[in-house]
Amino acid sequence: MSVVHPVATVANGGAPGSTGGDGTNHKLDVSIWRGGKNGRFVSYGITLRESQTVLDVVTYIQRHVDSTLSYRFSCRVGMCGSCAMTVNGVSRWTCRTHVSEVVKDGRLEIAPLSGLEVVKDLSVDMTGFFEKWTRAKGAFVPGPGPSRDFAVVSPDSPQRRKVDAAIECIGCGVCYAACDVVSWNDDYLGPAALNRAWTLYNDVRDAGNDKRLAAVAGNVGCLSCHSQQSCVKWCPKHLNPTASIAGLKRATVKAALAGRL
Amino acid sequence: MKVRTETLLWLAQRLSAMVLVVGAIVHVSTNIYAVRGGLTAAEIIDRVHGSTAWLAFYLVFAAVAAIHGPLGLRTVLNEMTPVRGRAADLVALVLGVGILWLGWRAAFGLFG
Amino acid sequence: MAKPVARRNCRNHSNYWAFAVHRISGVVLVLYLPVHFYVIGLAIKSEAALQSFFSLAENPLVRLAETILIITFVIHVTGGLRLLLIEFLAWRDWQKTVIAVSGGISLAVGLVFLFNVF
Ligand code: SF4
Ligand code: SF4
Ligand code: FES
Repeated sequence: MSVVHPVATVANGGAPGSTGGDGTNHKLDVSIWRGGKNGRFVSYGITLRESQTVLDVVTYIQRHVDSTLSYRFSCRVGMCGSCAMTVNGVSRWTCRTHVSEVVKDGRLEIAPLSGLEVVKDLSVDMTGFFEKWTRAKGAFVPGPGPSRDFAVVSPDSPQRRKVDAAIECIGCGVCYAACDVVSWNDDYLGPAALNRAWTLYNDVRDAGNDKRLAAVAGNVGCLSCHSQQSCVKWCPKHLNPTASIAGLKRATVKAALAGRL
Repeated sequence: MKVRTETLLWLAQRLSAMVLVVGAIVHVSTNIYAVRGGLTAAEIIDRVHGSTAWLAFYLVFAAVAAIHGPLGLRTVLNEMTPVRGRAADLVALVLGVGILWLGWRAAFGLFG
Repeated sequence: MAKPVARRNCRNHSNYWAFAVHRISGVVLVLYLPVHFYVIGLAIKSEAALQSFFSLAENPLVRLAETILIITFVIHVTGGLRLLLIEFLAWRDWQKTVIAVSGGISLAVGLVFLFNVF
């Protein structure tokens, strides 16, 4: 259901610069999810400025139209991973997504990230997402005894390269929200947690791989992934969780055959 | 189900898939050849009748199909239907035994 | 899992479609398999029983259905080969090509079958 907010249509700032790139005003119809899981979409008419990101639009509405709008962001430059939302049906990092890339017929529908419980408006409870990182043994496990020296890991070593390919995850949850298996199987650890486990599996300093493999094996883990690659398609950091998960599949199968699982 | 069993079932599904790929190439190409000018029962029976090589091929082909198909269906049931866990295992088991029985029966029937 | 409050549209890309085709064709094939084996098993009774069934298959509609089944089978096999490559080999960026090749082979085989059968 969609209703027009009583004070929704306002001029955007009113400064002379508040026009589109070609000097005309671009009207933007923004529908935003309001309330908890039984909430509804409320539409706001605003004027789009040049180079605005989706996060800019949300911030504008919160500052100038309705200060009770809740959403989450921090760095605004694509580093912290806190600003992910569902924009026109697709999970996105909103601080680095320009409205012009995603707008359809002058409309923008902004909803909370799917796959997680809505707290209010555009903010979701990320607990379930990060709990799965813990369950996937996503924390470094030091070896026994104090390390005497710096571990030297050559940047060209094959293992280090595998880590490099997967390490830049910002924990935004975009992949998690895009993955069908996450929505089918409550316990499925999801692309981000499994990708994280893969980086640690290849970390030569880490001593926790037996437990880690047991945690990421089976139907809650890598074997449930069907290589649909929605995670690859939408990950804003252009990571490839599917490739990491395929690596885990091979590793867990080897472990199972060797009786280590 | 234990993680190790799950992993081995997954592997069985993939290994049977590899055998099926090879079998499929043989099966589809012989049948495209066989249907030229209409499919006749005599044609098929003549080819397989008394041939241990064809019998062995079809026995293996049917067996891996009986492993691969039901395991795949089990995953689909678990993910997309209310038939989950033990119930899905049971469906897969019954289907697997059924396919194996019908498949071998057919292979021996052609062999004669 | 928390139900998404809004529609989701993350699936419209080639690898997802390849997954969907693989799943649907897989379910069709596993249900068709017992029927197929049953029919061939008619040979156990007599050649005539099998032949009478094949004569039924003279019907163009049945022929068309057979062709579709063959395409379904080949598409599942070639698509499955693609999955095996993804899962068992180190990653390469060629999946889109493999999807196209898989679709192409399936259609080609289907057409050859169609021309042969009529
Ligand atoms: S490739 Fe695997 S993890 Fe990624 S979206 Fe698909 S099922 Fe989920
Ligand atoms: S893998 Fe990509 S999409 Fe997933 S949480 Fe990390 S950065 Fe976000
Ligand atoms: S606000 Fe930090 S990634 Fe978007």
